[in-house]
Amino acid sequence: MSDSPAIVESHNAAQQHHFADMEQQRQASSLGMWLFLATEVMFFGGMFCAYLIYRYWYYPEFAAGSKTLDIRLGAINTAVLICSSLTVALSVRAAQFGKRKLLVTLLVATILLGLVFLGIKGVEWASKFEEHHVPGYSFHFEPQAPSHPNTKIDPQRIQIFFSLYFAMTGIHALHMVIGVGLFAVLTFYAWKGLYNSAYYTPIENAGLYWHFVDIIWIYLFPLLYLIDRKK
Amino acid sequence: MSEHVVSTKLYYAIWIALLVLTGVTAGVAFIDLGPFNTIVALTIATLKAVLVLLFFMHLKYTSEKMTSVVVISALFWLLILLALSLADYTTRPLGVN
Repeated sequence: MSDSPAIVESHNAAQQHHFADMEQQRQASSLGMWLFLATEVMFFGGMFCAYLIYRYWYYPEFAAGSKTLDIRLGAINTAVLICSSLTVALSVRAAQFGKRKLLVTLLVATILLGLVFLGIKGVEWASKFEEHHVPGYSFHFEPQAPSHPNTKIDPQRIQIFFSLYFAMTGIHALHMVIGVGLFAVLTFYAWKGLYNSAYYTPIENAGLYWHFVDIIWIYLFPLLYLIDRKK
Repeated sequence: MSEHVVSTKLYYAIWIALLVLTGVTAGVAFIDLGPFNTIVALTIATLKAVLVLLFFMHLKYTSEKMTSVVVISALFWLLILLALSLADYTTRPLGVN
């Protein structure tokens, strides 16, 4: 930020009139994005808090419910998201260097990886419906041999686990859908050549959002899939 | 360009580290460590989150103090939410929900 009234060397078309220069505009935009992510931490925090309390109360049921989830698909989805985070990070770099074609390619790759994640998630949800593990009237849970012979498993409490499973993965998937939509719009603008080394803030901010959603999944994977896997 | 440009080599290194840590956390879950299973899983998750924050989200390279203030505030609020809630629920007598 400069204190002297800005002498406009070369006016960028992307600069809004209420900002002194492109740097100030970028910083304001970035700060706004981080503030939004802070509110998202609070939003997901409520669900994580509910999860922790019920896991503390109903640990045997949470362990039994967690065992029915497909750890292989969960791990593959984690890897898919990590790969998409890489393509996003590289796309910000491509934008910084003004490489239009590379930017478009990486954004499309991100969208595809996001769709792969949602597809695998859909397969997992479908199998939960088939197994009647969706909370509600048709819920049915056949407890396998519990890990500790003395602990009784209450199927009603397992519904709480699956409620949290569907709420948390559902809201996460909703964020993925929004992210894919965002990147679809950005891909269009990138194709039109809107972004260059002097202006790529939308790519950067959408990237921050995508990485944040990745971090949420990084916690969801161990908390939902890996509660009690020991033999 | 005011923004720091990260080398592709570093991005690939972080990517490999994240994938390896995912494999490790899935593998360790099958080994009986008693109460440490959860601790190890959450430690690895936090390590991965920090890698994403610092390098993919460029937190390591930001010169903006306000960004750090926002990030630290968000984590602090989350800590208040989780710690105070659990301080309540874990100290109630059993059966009193």
